[in-house]
Amino acid sequence: MTDSLSPYAPGSLITVAGLPIAEVASILALTTRLEKMAAAERRQLLAGRTLALLFYESSTRTRTSFELAAKSLGATTTLVSDKSSSIEKGESLKDTGLTLRALGAECIVLRHSAGGAPFLLARTTGLPVLNAGDGMHQHPSQALLDLRTILSRLGLADRPVDDKVLAGVTITITGDIRHSRVARSNAMLLPRLGAKVLLCGPVELLPEEAATLGEGVEIVRDFDTALRRSQVAMMLRIQSERLAGLKLDLNEYIAGYQLTAARLERCSPNALVMHPGPMIRGLEIQGEVADSPNSAIEQQVSNGLAVRTALLVRALGVSL
Amino acid sequence: MLIKNGRVIDPASGLDAQRDILVRDGVIAAVEAPGVLAGVEVAETLDATGCVVAPGFVDVHVHLREPGQTYKETIATGTSAGAAGGFTSVVAMPNTVPVNDTVASLEWMLEPARNSAVRLFAMPAATMGSMGAELSDYPALARAGAVGFTDDGKPVLEDAMMRAALLSAGRLGLVVSQHAEDTRLTGGCSMNAGPVAFRLGLRGMTIEAESRIVERDIALLRDIEAKDGVRPHLHVQHVSTARAMQAIQRAKSDGLHVTCEVAPHHFTLTDEAIGDFNTNAKMNPPLRVESDRLAMIAALLDGTVDCIATDHAPHARHEKEQEFERAPNGITGLETALGLALRVLHREHGMPLARVISLMSANPASIVKLNDAGSLKPGAWGDLVVFDAGAEWQFTASASRSMSKNTPFDGAAMLGRIKATVVGGRVVFKS
Repeated sequence: MTDSLSPYAPGSLITVAGLPIAEVASILALTTRLEKMAAAERRQLLAGRTLALLFYESSTRTRTSFELAAKSLGATTTLVSDKSSSIEKGESLKDTGLTLRALGAECIVLRHSAGGAPFLLARTTGLPVLNAGDGMHQHPSQALLDLRTILSRLGLADRPVDDKVLAGVTITITGDIRHSRVARSNAMLLPRLGAKVLLCGPVELLPEEAATLGEGVEIVRDFDTALRRSQVAMMLRIQSERLAGLKLDLNEYIAGYQLTAARLERCSPNALVMHPGPMIRGLEIQGEVADSPNSAIEQQVSNGLAVRTALLVRALGVSL
Repeated sequence: MLIKNGRVIDPASGLDAQRDILVRDGVIAAVEAPGVLAGVEVAETLDATGCVVAPGFVDVHVHLREPGQTYKETIATGTSAGAAGGFTSVVAMPNTVPVNDTVASLEWMLEPARNSAVRLFAMPAATMGSMGAELSDYPALARAGAVGFTDDGKPVLEDAMMRAALLSAGRLGLVVSQHAEDTRLTGGCSMNAGPVAFRLGLRGMTIEAESRIVERDIALLRDIEAKDGVRPHLHVQHVSTARAMQAIQRAKSDGLHVTCEVAPHHFTLTDEAIGDFNTNAKMNPPLRVESDRLAMIAALLDGTVDCIATDHAPHARHEKEQEFERAPNGITGLETALGLALRVLHREHGMPLARVISLMSANPASIVKLNDAGSLKPGAWGDLVVFDAGAEWQFTASASRSMSKNTPFDGAAMLGRIKATVVGGRVVFKS
């Protein structure tokens, strides 16, 4: 959301909804430029700049990724988490944000359990805010790193990133879509680049309204059917902490929706296998599939670091 | 006081004509053709040229936050906002701190010392502390001036308790006003269930959570009428779903005493208004989808809906400036009710002006049995509103007389501007 009418500071990335495709292309291009840059040169880019990582929800992958990205650019970072801070004493998100701004933070990376929290923080502080995951709403940096992974693994990395770059590509997202900000972000971004997105899962985890997330989004209940049509299988964890009263028979779920080596071989032997983590081996995915040559899971993590480097450079307004 | 040169619209007496109105000793003394009252000596004259003169509006559903939450609103500021919106009588809900559930608290609230700008009435809690476990003392509260009973934001969930409330209030000829929400189905929900909630990753309230309570309450009415020889009166607050409205329509055609209200925001906005998690569009019942909005309009047009009520619910800025799921429900509404009703119902959907006025005056007055309000007949209270029905303007939240500014209508287009509000022959607002 960087247009001039936006109430959010330029460089913010809160949602992929409405993010212009040209912006997506420019972030991915910046990622590549930064990746090719010598480490010493990169460390000068944000030297003397300060940013805050505000984490209201535990996270290993995303937090470390943003932190290492910031350090590789020479920025000073401060980590504030809901344990061990004034948040625990009941300070509001707005006041925490204003405090960080007063202490010199020029950008805040926010992970929060409440959907929409980054909008509030961006409105009240005027700082660029990078959404590192908010409730069940969005995880935009994840969608961008997933896109980069798909493009490179499908041999599309050299094509211009536009509304047709993923034309002819079908991606199945399977699992707990109801509670997944990753699914929402991907289902809202990928169709805008030409992809067909199939959402797959039992009705408890995938309500019918999920099909309204994007133009090319379709619900396919049968996992085998969806896989047969797909070049990419994106698996999701069941978020038991968010199930809140939903009854789910795990054995039934495993039988119907686990990505097994046999199923992959039978339905789509060359499909790219993805997972945003954390992964529960033996539940949504068999360990051997996660470790197979089809898997892009580790590459997703390294792309995460690269994309977040670009997002921080963009947030702090450094032009290359 | 003489109000002259206005187009007098009084739905209660079927009047729509140029008339002058004389208010003496606080009551309507005469309604006459232009010039007839010219020789009468009055202390004050109000020129209503080019304006509609109508009975003062009655709002059966406002939150004034006093006692206990005077940082959001006081009776003085809330009723001042009411006066600015053309309201001359308002009914305060009991969810104050402490809850208004005793004669002492009711009397305290109604004392002149609270400085209400308009006539103030109250519905005390239907159950003690609005906890749903023990009825409050209805006969005593009725003697002290209660115009009905409600637990408002907390529906009376237990069948036996709601039955007892309807029966007790029915014996006194008073209404039980119910917030229809089966809270057992809405835990953790902060907006309407549907595609928008899914996109925002928020848990949604289903329409069944509203309709189930309405259907249950209607079944209780039927049962009480059959078994107890009492005809209870159920008033369904701020209906927001087509399904609940259908249930009300059926009950009415079955002859049961059910009335209902619709809030201006529910006939104006849908859940799309939440946009980027705008907490000023968070209320309960939540904004619904377009088909529900249109169903509310259809029911307003066909007479199923008895009145418009604002559910004026002020909250301090710091309370709304929170994560969407944590922010309190509610928006202010007293100053935008007429502007939205005229814009949406009158202009966009062709509702006659007299019908809009009726929905905001005579009809709500009759629900709470204010027999001298809602009419301009001689002898009625000298409560009236003068407004320019054709004036287009933009509402500015910062200019509101309410202490709180939580509204999704900041900058919204309004039709019809209040020029003056008169209570008992005394001008309480003038623009």
